[in-house]
Amino acid sequence: MKEQKIKISGFGGQGVILSAYIIGKAASIYDKKNASMTQAYGPEARGGACSSQVVISPKEVDYPLVDNADVLIALSQEGYDKFISILKKDGILLYDSDLVENLKHSSKIKSNPIPATRVAEELGNKIVANVVMMGFFTAVAKMVSIEAMKQSIQESVPSKYTELNMRAFDKGYNYIKNLK
Amino acid sequence: MLKKSKLHGEFFMQGDIACAEGAIAAGCRFFGGYPITPASEIAERMSYRLPMLDGVFVQFEDEIASITSILGASWAGMKSMTATSGPGWSLMNENIGLGMMMETPCVLINVQRGSPSTGLPTSWGQSDMMQAKWGSHGDYGSISLCPKSPQEFFDLTIVAFNYSEKYRLPVFILTDAIVGHMTEKVIIPPVDELEIIERKYTTKKPGEYLPYKVEKDMVPDFAKAGDGYRYHTTGLTHDERGYPVMTEECQWKCVPRLVEKITKNADNIILLEERDVEDADVVVVAYGITARTVVPAIEAAKKKGIKVGLLRLITVWPFPEKRIKELAQKVKGFVVPELNLGQIVLEVERCSAKYVTTKSITHPGGGIHKIENIVKAIEKVAYE
Repeated sequence: MKEQKIKISGFGGQGVILSAYIIGKAASIYDKKNASMTQAYGPEARGGACSSQVVISPKEVDYPLVDNADVLIALSQEGYDKFISILKKDGILLYDSDLVENLKHSSKIKSNPIPATRVAEELGNKIVANVVMMGFFTAVAKMVSIEAMKQSIQESVPSKYTELNMRAFDKGYNYIKNLK
Repeated sequence: MLKKSKLHGEFFMQGDIACAEGAIAAGCRFFGGYPITPASEIAERMSYRLPMLDGVFVQFEDEIASITSILGASWAGMKSMTATSGPGWSLMNENIGLGMMMETPCVLINVQRGSPSTGLPTSWGQSDMMQAKWGSHGDYGSISLCPKSPQEFFDLTIVAFNYSEKYRLPVFILTDAIVGHMTEKVIIPPVDELEIIERKYTTKKPGEYLPYKVEKDMVPDFAKAGDGYRYHTTGLTHDERGYPVMTEECQWKCVPRLVEKITKNADNIILLEERDVEDADVVVVAYGITARTVVPAIEAAKKKGIKVGLLRLITVWPFPEKRIKELAQKVKGFVVPELNLGQIVLEVERCSAKYVTTKSITHPGGGIHKIENIVKAIEKVAYE
């Protein structure tokens, strides 16, 4: 297994950092690999541009930053515009299709749209949009096992919202079937 | 008896939080601080954890009060800590000197960001490497440790407490916003498997005991507050009784020992990690996050056929001059990448100038070095 590098971008408040935490914890603690997660944000509490990154590796991670990503998860147009250039030529793009509308990448990139925020709203709370995206990521990228992701989410969200988050994850995970 | 921390196992944990847990495992039960990015999570975690352990957390009005409070808590017998970033450290400098003069064990964490002044609050830097050494007025020996990961942030926080008790001084951890805000696997062993050094109290009787009388190890013993010992301590130059004596003779007795208790124990304090250094032509000297971000450049240089090694300074102060001097006589030169405009490179140059060239790779913070710039520097040192 080679190193796998994931970049997540959006606005503060969308769960950009929690998503990277969930992926990293799943890979590191439950899939028994090594994972390094880092984050970048501005001084604003909510609404500012925000990004996070995870490097998953069979060995100890030296270089923890992501300058050329295997996967880009874009939760905002700005996040897409800012980071599409660091996605590898044959990389995997996952994006919220209601929030990212102006696409400019080459056709070699594996492009995977999902209206994650709308799906979350249909489940009753748009706050789980990032977890819908996590389910979608798990199914599309196949970098982290579904069991590890589910366990990681359960350990990372408030227990009264576990059930809602699990439904959100399943919706995202099964969404790929609709694409086929 | 303070309750011991029960937290152990495998965690996916942020660096700042790992630091707080390391402090708790070391027995720290007092935290005085003022929040500042990127160190706030340390205070947040301590505010949550310390009350569970009968410890005390106080958020003060500023960093001056914070440092003063941890000195006082230490004198009352508690292991104490504060955490800040560059701007807060600037405010703490005066009382860091007081802590050094009174020989007060405590731990100060600096999660460095881009500087000077307010600089880059949420971004990266290694801007306080020299401030930690020379920030307070006067001469004093000091210890600074630089973790590269959340696991090491946990481990070195325990080491910092151990050094602070063993050598009786404020010990510093100089990390950076990347490591502070990085989340990785952290393994916390059961607390009884950790090596924890406790405070050395006098065995002398009240009346025979002198607060600043040293015997063979250059470090005076404490007396327990409330045990009936007569005690005096001060920031003024003082004699063995701890009383102010403003003479040249007393200054000679008091101050050089503050330096020498560290320099003469340097071999026991200095921690280094070496990768492929033994047969290297070029040695990259790096610390903290830079020791990780430089790895792709080292690999690229190796592919070009250059023998290059990495010397990672886990202890930056006291500076590992013995090892640098040894290497300087064998290698073609050194490359020193740092997220500042050239601080620790001055020390490498000082130790190696007689023998070889040292190349500084600077960066003002807010990002990291371009890999190709470091490769170019390695090539220059290797072939010139």
